[in-house]
Amino acid sequence: MCTETREIVAPKVKDILDKYAKDKGMLVAILQDIQTEFNYLPRPALEAVSQGLGVPMSQVYSVATFFKAFSLKPKGKHSVHVCMGTACHVRGASKILDKLVEKLGCCAGENTEDMKFSLDAVNCVGACALGPVVVVDGQYVGNMTTEKVKPLIEGCQ
Amino acid sequence: MINLTIDGKKYQAEEGQTVLEVAHRHGIFIPTLCVDEAVSAYGACRLCMVEIDRKGRKKLVASCLYQVEEGLVVTTQNDRITNIRKTVIELLLARCPQSEGVQTMAKKLGVNGTRFESEKPENLCTLCALCTRVCSEVVGKSAISLVSRGTGREVALPYYEDKTDCIACGSCAYICPTGAIKMKDGNGVRTITWPNCEVSFKLRRCAKCGAEWIPEKQIKHILNTTEVPEDFFNICPDCR
Amino acid sequence: MSNIAIKKFSSATELEAKRQEILKSRNSGQAVIAICCGTGCQAYGAKKVADAFEEELAKAGLGDKVEVRTTGCHGFCERGPLVVIRPQNIFYQRLKISDIPEIIEKTIKNNEVIERLLYVDPMTKEKKVHEHDVPFYKKQMRLVFGNNGNIDPTSIEDYLAVGGYKSLAKAISSLKPDEIVEEIIKSGLRGRGGGGFPTGWKWKSCREAHDPVKYVICNCDEGDPGAFMDRSLMEGNPHSVIEGMIIGAYAIGSHEAYIYIRDEYPMAVKHALLAIKQAEDYGLLGENILGSGFSLKIHINRGGGAFVCGESTALMASLEGKVGEPRAKYVHTSEKGLYDKPTTLNNVETWANIPLIIEKGADWFNKIGTAGSKGTKIFSLVGKVNNTGLIEVPMGITLREIVYDIGGGIPKGKKFKAIQTGGPSGGCLPESMLDLPVDFDELTKAGSMMGSGAMIVMDEDNCMVEIARYFLSFLEGESCGKCVPCREGVKRMRQILEKITKGEGEEGDIEHLEQLSQAIQDASLCALGGSAPNPVMSTIKYFREEYEAHIRQKTCPAKECKALITYNIIDANCPGCGLCYKACATGAIISQGKKMPVILDQSKCTKCGACFDACKLHAVEIR
Repeated sequence: MCTETREIVAPKVKDILDKYAKDKGMLVAILQDIQTEFNYLPRPALEAVSQGLGVPMSQVYSVATFFKAFSLKPKGKHSVHVCMGTACHVRGASKILDKLVEKLGCCAGENTEDMKFSLDAVNCVGACALGPVVVVDGQYVGNMTTEKVKPLIEGCQ
Repeated sequence: MINLTIDGKKYQAEEGQTVLEVAHRHGIFIPTLCVDEAVSAYGACRLCMVEIDRKGRKKLVASCLYQVEEGLVVTTQNDRITNIRKTVIELLLARCPQSEGVQTMAKKLGVNGTRFESEKPENLCTLCALCTRVCSEVVGKSAISLVSRGTGREVALPYYEDKTDCIACGSCAYICPTGAIKMKDGNGVRTITWPNCEVSFKLRRCAKCGAEWIPEKQIKHILNTTEVPEDFFNICPDCR
Repeated sequence: MSNIAIKKFSSATELEAKRQEILKSRNSGQAVIAICCGTGCQAYGAKKVADAFEEELAKAGLGDKVEVRTTGCHGFCERGPLVVIRPQNIFYQRLKISDIPEIIEKTIKNNEVIERLLYVDPMTKEKKVHEHDVPFYKKQMRLVFGNNGNIDPTSIEDYLAVGGYKSLAKAISSLKPDEIVEEIIKSGLRGRGGGGFPTGWKWKSCREAHDPVKYVICNCDEGDPGAFMDRSLMEGNPHSVIEGMIIGAYAIGSHEAYIYIRDEYPMAVKHALLAIKQAEDYGLLGENILGSGFSLKIHINRGGGAFVCGESTALMASLEGKVGEPRAKYVHTSEKGLYDKPTTLNNVETWANIPLIIEKGADWFNKIGTAGSKGTKIFSLVGKVNNTGLIEVPMGITLREIVYDIGGGIPKGKKFKAIQTGGPSGGCLPESMLDLPVDFDELTKAGSMMGSGAMIVMDEDNCMVEIARYFLSFLEGESCGKCVPCREGVKRMRQILEKITKGEGEEGDIEHLEQLSQAIQDASLCALGGSAPNPVMSTIKYFREEYEAHIRQKTCPAKECKALITYNIIDANCPGCGLCYKACATGAIISQGKKMPVILDQSKCTKCGACFDACKLHAVEIR
């Protein structure tokens, strides 16, 4: 549910656009700052970017939907990223993902019903020696096993 | 003038021309699906691949994008090129089995069917991007764009409904080679349908004969960008 | 932390003077506890270990005498948290916080070695005291990566202390741009990002392009799964990359540069931003560098989570605020790149090699390596190998030496099966190819490629058809979607491979894959699609029997493909302890009571493997 209105997002978007001196080339960076600020990309924010930068809305929308870093829907309170890189894959990452899907009750790319968690299967996070790796709220948890899933999830407030 | 050889014959071309342009000018067959002279070349369908030999170095290039060079030697037919053309059209037949444009091209290339399953047989869009290119380069509105990436990519309005920038001119429907974009006028509205979104625009009626002939939105755009007076649009071209 | 005042250097002489000042202010005999705080070790709690060291040292009254230095990644990720105690170079690994008081008491105070914290060679059972004796490090040649263990990446003073920015000073005050380009050509350096294009030639063609505006880009979009070399360099020694870029920009004639860092590497972004600020404060970046009149500004841009943006033209599109769609490179980016201006794009590791070459000379550099591949390469050695981590080795070393001498062989007594090099663009090489020297052209000839440096070791439990399917699935998700061969073709190849792994493969599927591969390789717009067939082609070439087993006998020899295996209880080994019963989420395991073997209900079994992982008595087997 998008609760951010144009009035709410406008000042923050203006700050961000000013920070990047309204440089059209910095569109990706601008969207990243908006994503960090609101935990997703609210539609009114994208409309404000389009107007503020003088870039067609269709291009802003294309960029927002092209890159996996962006979400057009609000994310859950805790982010759970399962690394699906090759090193983690050969060490059984898919089993970890299956277990998380089962435990959380939602698919990869979705949020739990209570919006407590959002689960994503992500590309290699670059901690390959510790594989399989799960990143929870930016914290890297290495050497994951299916048995560690339950305590990991239950450990999040 | 630039001298080059295509399939063993010598031709002359102007600087800045592409291999495809020169070939087509001389009636040499090179298939294409994403080319239209109204818009810039994109190089997406890869049907136009040819082999070039440049100072002894051979490589396969998209002829719609490769500019001619002095002494270039071009081959438009060989085993690798045949494999490319057949594979590309077979892949497109699987993607858009009901598209007449794709079917015609397949026949031309000697491909009778596809070994792949069609997940969405009613899909007519090959993602040639002629529509988005005409909207941005010719109409200057960029109302539609290519959304998402990879196999999920499609042509759409922002949020699949934002018609703010669209002026309902229908250029995209006109240039679409597969009929994936439809335009219908009736009951006072023009409806444009892209693969997964549809919008309607109010049409202005002719004061004389009552025919609904131009979207209000398009009038607004023309007023904003030209000196044409507003009452010009009250009479349709037939009655003028 | 030093509190020496910062003043912009207006000459190379001033830089040298500052360096001497820093060195003088440091007691070279002073003990330094270098703790690896790369992302990997941080996941093991390295920061807490560092804090604990600080605390305990303060308690022991040694806070002033012993420096705790949090460094970047040392490379031996398998053994983290790890420390190196200098100047003796004592190497302690797999530390726990409870070990710290003892380390301070015994090693710091009394120079005594604590045996149980030492690395033990699994083969010879010998204990190794010094870092350089540990086999993992012994065969390495850590020229580019070496300083990671010596410096705190957030301290420019540390970088200056180890000789940082000497090469920049040399280049900018005593070498002409053309001379620098010639030196790089002479060195034989080839791009370390995957393409392997001769760096010097790239610089030369950009230098010769006529345009007052030129750009320099550092590609830190390390997208190959399994690769984290660039991450560790950018996190652990950002100044080495920046120094290389300034030298390059000076040689090419560019005044504006970008470092494009993957969104997934926040610490690399943080350290790079800090390093740029520090360099600017010291006048090593910005206007009138070292009083030379040359100016350069470096921006940091983050990726948006798109593997395709590792491709140079897609990266540039992203920098222009567009989607990461590659374009044809019939006109090279060195002539028309970012914003259609002459652009030189190089990988992180390539840039980090530049200061070395300028310092020691092209003649020194091209003595290392093979005829076609000079210098060293950093690899991430991961997967089914004992010593996982980052290694830097001279080109020409064999795969066997890497896997066994440095990697320590395959764990759990399993048999080596294949090594994947070059990421999703590369190929899998079997045991028969282990004596292949690491070399750009040799690897390509064998059907793989050098790539960015990910080396994934696989054992008998890894299915080669599945690994091909995995890579294609990865590429399918990363395809930008512009061209038909990649967008449609990679998907169809993935579907065929999926069918095969599900036991639905048909005779002719292999030939179909070969035909598709040729077209996709020939017609794709960029290297993502163009090299997508490589994992398929190399596994068909070297492991054809495995494909045939899946297709003809509907079996998976490695016992990995779920549809072709069943989990079974070995009654004789099962005492009914119930560990598997607890682990099973679908109720497929039925307990028959104590001292009785459990029963596995195949109809409920999802083959998740949880029971297999949970059982400590080898009572679960995969057939």
